[in-house]
Amino acid sequence: MSQEVMKHPGLNLGPAHGKDNEAAETVMFGFWVFMMSDAILFGMVFATYVTSIHATAGGPGPHDLYDIKSAFIETMLLLTSSFAFGMASLALKYKHSKTRLIGWLAVTLVLGVSFLGFELHDFIAMFAKGGVPSRSGFLSAFFGLVPLHGLHVTAACIWLVCLVGQIARYGLDTETKLGIMRLALFWHFLDIVWIAIFSVVYLAGLT
Amino acid sequence: MLQHPTEANIVNGCIATAAASMVMIGAIVTVALLTKYRLWSVLWSDWVTSPDHKKIGIMYVVIAFVMLVRALIEAVLMRGQQAFGLGGGFLSPDHFAQLFSTHGTIMIFFMAMPFLTGVINYVMPMQIGARDVSFPVLNSISLGLTAAGAALVMISLVIGKFSTGGWFGYPPYTEANFSPGVGPDYWIWALSLASLGSTFTGINFAVTIYKERAPGMKMMRMPLFTWTALCTSILMIFAMPPLTVATAQLALDRYLGFHYFTNALGGNMMHFANLFWLFGHPEVYILILPAFGVYSEVISTFSSKVLYGYRSLVMATMAIAVLSFTVWLHHFFTMGQGADINAVFGIASMLIGIPTGVKVYNWMLTMFRGRVRFTVPMIYSIGFILLFVLGGISGILLASPTIDYQVHNTVFLVAHFHNVAVPGVLFGMIAGYHFWFPKAFGFRLNERWGVFSALCWIFGFMLAFFPLYALGIMGLPRRTVAYTEPSYVPFEWVAFLGALLILAALALLLWQLWVSIKHRDENRVFAGDPWDGRSLEWSMSAPPPKYNFALIPAVKGRDAFALAKEEGTAFQPPDAYADIELPKNSAMGPVIAAIGFALGFGLVWHIWWLVILAVLAAIATMIIRGFARDTTCIVTAHEVRQEHRRWLNAVAMATAVSRSKEREPANAGLAEREPQGAVS
Repeated sequence: MSQEVMKHPGLNLGPAHGKDNEAAETVMFGFWVFMMSDAILFGMVFATYVTSIHATAGGPGPHDLYDIKSAFIETMLLLTSSFAFGMASLALKYKHSKTRLIGWLAVTLVLGVSFLGFELHDFIAMFAKGGVPSRSGFLSAFFGLVPLHGLHVTAACIWLVCLVGQIARYGLDTETKLGIMRLALFWHFLDIVWIAIFSVVYLAGLT
Repeated sequence: MLQHPTEANIVNGCIATAAASMVMIGAIVTVALLTKYRLWSVLWSDWVTSPDHKKIGIMYVVIAFVMLVRALIEAVLMRGQQAFGLGGGFLSPDHFAQLFSTHGTIMIFFMAMPFLTGVINYVMPMQIGARDVSFPVLNSISLGLTAAGAALVMISLVIGKFSTGGWFGYPPYTEANFSPGVGPDYWIWALSLASLGSTFTGINFAVTIYKERAPGMKMMRMPLFTWTALCTSILMIFAMPPLTVATAQLALDRYLGFHYFTNALGGNMMHFANLFWLFGHPEVYILILPAFGVYSEVISTFSSKVLYGYRSLVMATMAIAVLSFTVWLHHFFTMGQGADINAVFGIASMLIGIPTGVKVYNWMLTMFRGRVRFTVPMIYSIGFILLFVLGGISGILLASPTIDYQVHNTVFLVAHFHNVAVPGVLFGMIAGYHFWFPKAFGFRLNERWGVFSALCWIFGFMLAFFPLYALGIMGLPRRTVAYTEPSYVPFEWVAFLGALLILAALALLLWQLWVSIKHRDENRVFAGDPWDGRSLEWSMSAPPPKYNFALIPAVKGRDAFALAKEEGTAFQPPDAYADIELPKNSAMGPVIAAIGFALGFGLVWHIWWLVILAVLAAIATMIIRGFARDTTCIVTAHEVRQEHRRWLNAVAMATAVSRSKEREPANAGLAEREPQGAVS
């Protein structure tokens, strides 16, 4: 009973990992708290964007710049990458082979990097149409919000590569497992933030 | 100065040069002393790389004291300028603006924040029966980030200039158009580093309090200081990100031509005002809550009574924490958002007076029929209660939008926030410093000089700030370098006198430290409980062993140590000792500090290769840390046993002193048992 109560927030590693669960308790909770703080960060940037939508100062607005098709593809890529990370987490929980775990992580990484590629492509297209951040308050707010998410995804991708490196070096020790579990939370968190971006920035901007 | 040798230029130049040389001489003397006494390796291996929360706490407090000295001298200069300010004075407007900007920035971010972070760091883990905070290396990194920010502010005295935009750095004044120099950049990066450090600190403390409590230490059994630490940490987690966003957006405006807060092209400075005060208002409660915690501990201990109304104090603390997020608009009542919104935020602001009033009554009722001793922390506490109520009442006045319109932007406001910040935060922290100093260093601070210093602080404060209420009502605007109204002069002189008295108070405080260190052998309190303490931090030797508790205590109620003493279970050897696992020293803290400083400095001066190098180094450091595995070391059961037995023997040898003798050399840190019933 008390074992159940003490389990950390997030996907548990199962009864076979008693000691790891104990170590996870503090670390995972701390990471949730960090994400709360990060969510506030995004909340503030969202608020800036929402209050700046009409501050186009005669420059290009959402209808001139946004490419909904591209944004939709990005959404699909990121959602699929989260699914792939979910599969990686399950591989960890049910002690599937290391190859399987790394395989799903690799799929996640490829999808994440493709997302970044599409996003970069979007930004370049916007730049070509005169949609540069220094053009207006609206564009400043846009480029303060969407690339901030992109920066987070970039960091997550680097972290993922490092974790694969740690698996190669140390195997699945407690530290590596905790790393994967934290990155999983972070990855899903960025997914949620992206859904907010897709809804608030792209969908709302184009209606 | 040499191109235009007017009298004013020469005076300003001399002051600036003197200040810069003080920084340089301070640095050189420190380096020389460290070299002379061969202390570099001690500094490195015993202090800056240590993940021990106690040492990190002490280092925070050291930073706070250094910065306090600088910011207080600046305050005296400003009051001096105002005393001579009828139609001129000796400072140039630009110099004066730098003074009030650095004074505010330092006092908030590099004096008050490090001070309270340091005290919480030192005390809180011991109060909840923990060996350390949850993330000791992150703790060291937070310290590094704070130190890097403080170093940036200090170096701005020597190289370039600091911002003239006030501690809140309002755009569009701080935009590149109006402030093209490096000043606002120093401000931006110093604050960004510090706020990042504070965010991590908040996360660390909150997780520690939720997860590391000793068995039996239920939430409603936590000492009140720990409660305030928890609420402050939660405020840090939620209130620091808006500041990070505000400074980052201002940086984007200045560096890359964004238009968040500019006058042109869709920028809107109200975004900044909202973001900044969404941080700034909770910030004042981040500052005050730990001080409330200190006063609760001090008043209860030096009245030999349980804290009156513990539950209501906890509720009041949480209520203040929540309400602090609902009032930020009162910082811009006069900026045209309409009467309805002003009314809502005015009422929300006044509501905070209720839980604060609850606290004041609780402290007074704790003293009622207690055995009150007028020790130094108690003098600060009583001074605080009297003065803080006045400050609070002036706050209620300001919370009314109509009155706010009248005194807006006058020194009335300056008087108000100093009236809450000085007796509230600063006195609280100094009281905490006196209270826990014997625990940290094993000897008591000199009482006599402490009393002198406390009285100088209290009366100096009154002289320095009460005249400003009158001046504000008479219409003197804040941040003005000079004025033309002769009737201001007498008030300004009283305020200047007060500032000099405060300077004397600080000098006495430092003198007291010197005297106490010199005569430390007469005031040793190795037994560890000089004040008949009530919470767990007093249940160990002074200074405590690095693992805090030889055996994690089982907590049976509130005021755990007082309870143990009453039941006679204190100072007992455990049945068996066990190995203790502790985090190893780590260079992460100092390395991140160096990287943070290099990054900030590079950004201020547009040295792009340094910026790129620092960013790469930061990423590399984090990756390398990810690969670290062998991060803990073991203190053997044998070692723990020896240390613990040595202390227990010393306790057995010590003579217990009564409360009437607790300030005399006879006090070796063992308190006489109170007569039955006196503690309940």
